[in-house]
Amino acid sequence: MGLNIIVLAKQVPDTRNVGKDAMKADGTVNRAALPAIFNPEDLNALEQALKLKEMYPGSKVTVLTMGPARAAEIVREGLYRGADWGVVLSDRAFAGSDTLATSYALSAALRKLGKADIIIGGRQAIDGDTAQVGPQVAEKLGLPQVTYAEDIISAEDGKVTVKRRIESGVETVTAPLPAVVTVNGSAAPCRPRNAKAVQKYKYAAVPSEVAGDEKKKEMLEKRPYLVIGEWTANDVDADLAQCGLAGSPTKVKQIENIVFVAKEARKVEAEDAALEDFIKELIANHTIG
Amino acid sequence: MANFYTDNPSLKHHLEHPMMEKIVELKERNFADADKYDYAPQDFADAMDSYDRVLEIVGEICGDVVAENAEDVDHNGPRVENGRVIYAEGTQKNLDACRKAGLMGMAMPRRLGGLNFPITPYIMAADIVSRADAGFENLWGLQDCAETVYEFASEEQKEKYIPRVCAGETMSMDLTEPDAGSDLQSVMLKATQKEDGSWVLNGVKRFITNGDSDIHLVLARSEAGTKDGRGLSMFIYDKRNGGVNVRRIENKMGIKGSPTCELVYKDAPAELVGTQRMGLIKYVMALMNGARLGIAAQSVGLSEQAYREALAYAKDRKQFGKAIIEFPAVSEMLAIMKAKLDASRALLYACARYVDMYKVYDDIAKERKLTIEEKKEQKYYSKLADAYTPLAKGMTSEFCNQNAYDCIQIHGGSGFMKDYACERIYRDARITSIYEGTTQLQTVAAIRHVSTGTYLDSINEMAKAEVVAEDQDVKNTLVFMTQQYAAAIELVEGVGSTAFRDFMARRLVEMAGHIIMGYLLLEDTQRNGEFRDSLHVYVNYGQAEVARHADFITNFKPGDLAYYGIATEKEA
Repeated sequence: MGLNIIVLAKQVPDTRNVGKDAMKADGTVNRAALPAIFNPEDLNALEQALKLKEMYPGSKVTVLTMGPARAAEIVREGLYRGADWGVVLSDRAFAGSDTLATSYALSAALRKLGKADIIIGGRQAIDGDTAQVGPQVAEKLGLPQVTYAEDIISAEDGKVTVKRRIESGVETVTAPLPAVVTVNGSAAPCRPRNAKAVQKYKYAAVPSEVAGDEKKKEMLEKRPYLVIGEWTANDVDADLAQCGLAGSPTKVKQIENIVFVAKEARKVEAEDAALEDFIKELIANHTIG
Repeated sequence: MANFYTDNPSLKHHLEHPMMEKIVELKERNFADADKYDYAPQDFADAMDSYDRVLEIVGEICGDVVAENAEDVDHNGPRVENGRVIYAEGTQKNLDACRKAGLMGMAMPRRLGGLNFPITPYIMAADIVSRADAGFENLWGLQDCAETVYEFASEEQKEKYIPRVCAGETMSMDLTEPDAGSDLQSVMLKATQKEDGSWVLNGVKRFITNGDSDIHLVLARSEAGTKDGRGLSMFIYDKRNGGVNVRRIENKMGIKGSPTCELVYKDAPAELVGTQRMGLIKYVMALMNGARLGIAAQSVGLSEQAYREALAYAKDRKQFGKAIIEFPAVSEMLAIMKAKLDASRALLYACARYVDMYKVYDDIAKERKLTIEEKKEQKYYSKLADAYTPLAKGMTSEFCNQNAYDCIQIHGGSGFMKDYACERIYRDARITSIYEGTTQLQTVAAIRHVSTGTYLDSINEMAKAEVVAEDQDVKNTLVFMTQQYAAAIELVEGVGSTAFRDFMARRLVEMAGHIIMGYLLLEDTQRNGEFRDSLHVYVNYGQAEVARHADFITNFKPGDLAYYGIATEKEA
């Protein structure tokens, strides 16, 4: 029997190659200067979902993302790799959401998507690094959660078995299904885009992306599988008081640019004696050893 | 995070050649698949967009996976256990990535599970794969064999085997034997027909690339007692049936990730492909032409790799207070490497387009009768493909060896150490001018087209194109080179000795090659000014080469052949 799998994914600014213009003068992220990418650990999550789809024929993978219409690119990237469908949760009311408001909106969308067997997301997004959204979604839906997953070993007989990365090694746990699993970056990398899927889904879009383009609209009408869901707060019956800025208790007071400086740099002469002394010192103060 | 397609704009330039419109329309039968398959293109622009996107996947896998694994694969290589080949770990990862990305059976029709790509974008993928790891290109590129199954096998065989290739099963072409290398007429592997009509194979094959593949095309002697090529037939051996074991794999100088196997056939069940006795004279010839184009692509990919490694090192390495690229002797070498690379690539894709044109007509001819006009075009391009394939294989593989040599030279002493990729490139490059027919054998295939004038006609056709004023001088040089070439042919033919013509063959073929590549770069430059530097550098180089050969041919006394140990016979 197939599983109904939902992948939570986020479009993020690529903060891994940050240039000088990455931050604006007011201390907020200059999104225009950074390319928008698929959050890396969400790709690890997608791979786990696609692996389960292969293990359990008849499974369906749906990608759910929250963001502006252009976040449909995340759903397309999912479709190119083997996902079946996707939804972009998009509404001005969601703007300025912190993790609480985000998990509220996502859980509302998840309720609308119907019963899922397993919800998989990345551990955290590289723009906020909070790792809170997955666990909060689980709490809101009253589901068990497994975090830091490295490998979802199986999802059958009503339970999921997961190998998770912990500080001192790995542990294997089971949880009853349905469950929320957040995947660590040390999990298998996501498979490449598939040549046939790319050709099949390259015109997939949310309705607002094709507004005003009759040819593309016609294509979407002719081929319903190309229509990516585009849901508003209203569509998911969200309480506006819990969405966006209104629903976000987190207030950013100030952002500072931190410049790392090596305060404790020291030059040691490249001689055996000097090096030996230095090593001894490091052992003595428990830096090493 | 490298993408070997998007970081190399010259690929897109060749993909967007004006001839592609016709190729794509024919290949897609005016887009008849559009409503039958959800991944088929709607029109020309849609098809080109799809090629572009798929090549982007190829570029990403090659940059992020295949190139990253190349060094480990070179060190570890494959091994044999219990008669089976076990690929190096990196090779396995590369194959997995290509399978998941659906990059197998790219040129096969959709009804058999393929992408229905023309040869040109398929060859471009081979070019990109080779830049990442030339050894891996052998495994990936053997999907070419499916083309032979598609062209000559029965419908039942096509439906049985081609979808498997498209799903990622690998292939091999089992031709060579200990006593049958370049001379395949001597193949001895025995095919015996049993009473129920089925066939079994017995004997030994050697130097078989990816010899433990899932689906083998095997050349075997079906006519007991015969000794020449007319007693040979083509068979499919399916590994699932068993009967073939790998005795050993060769320890090679380069392309070490690609297992080169010695195979033992013991009553291995096999299926006849096409007609008995046509194995060598028809099917292997077709197979080899495809494989030669593949090696040309491999050579271009290696040339690209060599050039990039050399350029990066020359910018980075400082001597006498400046980067070595600033020394004229180094920058000249780099300019010539780039020119040879661009010239090789221009020739590769010209050849690929000609192959595309005649093959698509061949395929259409299976569905309906071609019009007189179409038949004329089919013949025209078939001849050009026949002439350009050995030229492309010969010239690009020699250039890739030269570029690999210069790449090490630019690295200086460091290049001689095992620390840099250039030493692997040098070893990998060496085979390109040997397998699928040595350069000497490409010359044998090409010299016909010197004598019959195919090259000269092609050159004169290209010379008709107008060029911008800026490039008129280069064109005049090419016209002059053509005169020297024509004069040299006349001189050689005038002697009336086969031995003398054979002796001069490689010189004549190279002259044709330099002129053709010069014109192709001239054409490229008219579409894209980025090629102008390479055009000038290449024509300067080619002009000197053509003059050198012309000089040798003019001054050579036929009687001197005896000094080379070559017997002459005066023809009537």
